[in-house]
Amino acid sequence: MNNKESVLSKALSDETMDGQIATLNLGPTHPATHGIFQNVLKVDGEKVLSSEQTVGYIHRAFEKMAERKSYQQITPLTDRLNYCSSPINNIGWQMTVEKLCGIEIPKRVQYLRVIIMELARISDHLVCNSVIGVDSGALTGFTWMFIERERIYDMYEQICGTRLTTNIGRIGGFERDINEKFHTLLKDFIDGFEKRFNEFNALLDRNRIFMDRTIGVGKISAERALNYGFVGPNLRAVGVDYDVRVHSPYSSYQDFEFDIPVGTEGDTYDRFQVRQEEIRQSLRIIKQAYQNLPTEGGYHADAPMFYLPRKENVYNTIEGMIYHFKQVYGEMPYPVGEVYHSVEGGNGELGYYLISDGGRSPYRLQFRRPCFIYYQAYPEMISGQMLSDAVVTLSSLNVIAGELDA
Amino acid sequence: MESKLTNEQVLEALRAQFANAIGEEEQTIDNYLTVYVDPKSVHEMVKWLFIHDGFRVRFLTNITGVHYPDNEKGKELMVVYHLHSLENNFRIRLKAFLPIDKPEIDSIEDIYSAANWIERETYDFFGIVFKNHPNLKRILNEDSMDYFPMRKEYRVEDGTRQDKDDRFFGR
Amino acid sequence: MGKVTAEGQLEAINYEGFQLTKLDTVIGVARANSLWPLPFATSCCGIEYMASMAPNYDIARFGMERMSFSPRQADLLIIAGTISKKLAPVLRQAYEQMAEPKWVMAVGACASSGGIFDTYSVLQGVDRIIPVDVYVPGCAPRPEQIIDGIMNIQALAKHESLRRRYSAEYKHLLDNYNIEHDIDGE
Repeated sequence: MNNKESVLSKALSDETMDGQIATLNLGPTHPATHGIFQNVLKVDGEKVLSSEQTVGYIHRAFEKMAERKSYQQITPLTDRLNYCSSPINNIGWQMTVEKLCGIEIPKRVQYLRVIIMELARISDHLVCNSVIGVDSGALTGFTWMFIERERIYDMYEQICGTRLTTNIGRIGGFERDINEKFHTLLKDFIDGFEKRFNEFNALLDRNRIFMDRTIGVGKISAERALNYGFVGPNLRAVGVDYDVRVHSPYSSYQDFEFDIPVGTEGDTYDRFQVRQEEIRQSLRIIKQAYQNLPTEGGYHADAPMFYLPRKENVYNTIEGMIYHFKQVYGEMPYPVGEVYHSVEGGNGELGYYLISDGGRSPYRLQFRRPCFIYYQAYPEMISGQMLSDAVVTLSSLNVIAGELDA
Repeated sequence: MESKLTNEQVLEALRAQFANAIGEEEQTIDNYLTVYVDPKSVHEMVKWLFIHDGFRVRFLTNITGVHYPDNEKGKELMVVYHLHSLENNFRIRLKAFLPIDKPEIDSIEDIYSAANWIERETYDFFGIVFKNHPNLKRILNEDSMDYFPMRKEYRVEDGTRQDKDDRFFGR
Repeated sequence: MGKVTAEGQLEAINYEGFQLTKLDTVIGVARANSLWPLPFATSCCGIEYMASMAPNYDIARFGMERMSFSPRQADLLIIAGTISKKLAPVLRQAYEQMAEPKWVMAVGACASSGGIFDTYSVLQGVDRIIPVDVYVPGCAPRPEQIIDGIMNIQALAKHESLRRRYSAEYKHLLDNYNIEHDIDGE
């Protein structure tokens, strides 16, 4: 069941290069670790024997803060978990509250959410894959793909006004409807992205150097990966087809046709390929959702008790004023009870466990942060490998410090 | 994907196996099977669910603590385990109450490697001691911290900010 | 006397065959245009900093693209993101390792003041442990703001007197932060 010791001792017992074991500090701040976490490596020459991790360098106490904030105020907190794909976190949290309160969401809002979440997934995977390129010595892909990310950011700006920490949407829908500019940008993106993405793919996909650097590097078996709680692209790279979007569909994902790409070996190359294919599948979902976007349904649910009213209604109508006041002061009848809701985030199953005592704030809110759980497998994945392979493995795991430490 | 197991089916099997350790079932909004269990038998139960051929609950979703300061004595802390059977798409939630003066429960790190850090985090936040854990120390906070910050009696604020005037915050 | 012109960024007296200016000015211009930043990117703002390095914003246009990942060879410490109390000693060590002259830029609300994270684990502004020259507001700041912040640092570097780093005021500043130094202070 647990063969961690055997993996480590195997690495230790292999013949050593010169018998001298050195200690190497990778982090807390190091160009090769994208984010702040420390790995103290025991190395023999270039070979990594073992690693000890320290995390918590940007622990910000989200869960404690959430116990003091109203339900609406928690949306901006979730932005800062996995900041490469903040809309998924935002919408995941809003769906959790909607599940608690039993709010019905119109089909149109669900489709819009799907479009935005898939855009976020594309931008998350683009960062990860281009950074794998950077760490194996190919900077070009990074510069190309950040142009694509900027296009996605431009679309976010049309919906919520900001780029990175989006605070997109409200409980019950969106704060405003999508505008003409968004339609234009999205159409351009759908038309042009695939071609540019294929160029990026051609840079690395069958690149001999890249393949040599990544194939067989940072391997993990399916059994160990499940035992370590791997989710998302990293789990699919070992060959397990678990995807929350299919397993327990939310926001009408059952309406769309898409494939779950899986790998076979569970090495860095597989993780790269799975993410590449997921980007294509995300684009496929966006196309379907945009084509079938209902014209009727508005941009928010009819739930005045929980949906924060528009500012002009707050200032100009008495109902808007009352609802706004009561929501902000937490006098709304939030149900007592608990709910677990998970969405497929950029790194896999992002869960929200919410316990409500009927008050203004959650009694307890816990985030299931995929990074935090699977990053502990890192020492096992790199022991016995070369130092430069450890760096590529780390970037292919896509560990985001904000999500790791919360 | 529909779940292949029903809550009743699993609960019945659990009751048959662990007659005295299973407490009452709780109805939750998300309809996941939620049962209160005896903390002493959590390890055994998780292991049984893991090796059970029909259920195959082999994925640890999460472990977390909850602090209920107003509960009766001996039930101030609660540990919640979320387990998931990927093959049957079935989720189960186990809850165990612990006394705050001696919050001890068996670690399930030997069953799930993922539990290592999650249990350390729960210890860090709530001071829940997981027995037989290989390396139970703080993970997110500094080692020098002398309290468990997620317990309800501790405040969230840093307390050193001067730019926050209470008059403007209604405190 | 010859005519006084500002050629490019250099204030100088030009005359046939020679050019007069102050050493301060020459060195200031040289320093401002060859800043080697050390990105201390911890969280969200780090991603925006990455975006400002990418083609759309491209900070290389302003002569600040040479990242130095070693504090020993850096002039500018860019702190982008939340600094927790656990990380504070690391940051301070990185700052102390940098050679004079050095500048510090706090990017984003978290680095400047703790931002929304007024919690037990977050340092309420990096200026509690090291002196900061430029604060960039925003959560997270747009790349334009980050570029503007670095250009403000360049302006500071350009106009800084060569004696500043040996002055009693600077000694007093470092003493306030308990940072070791070897300034006599006049």
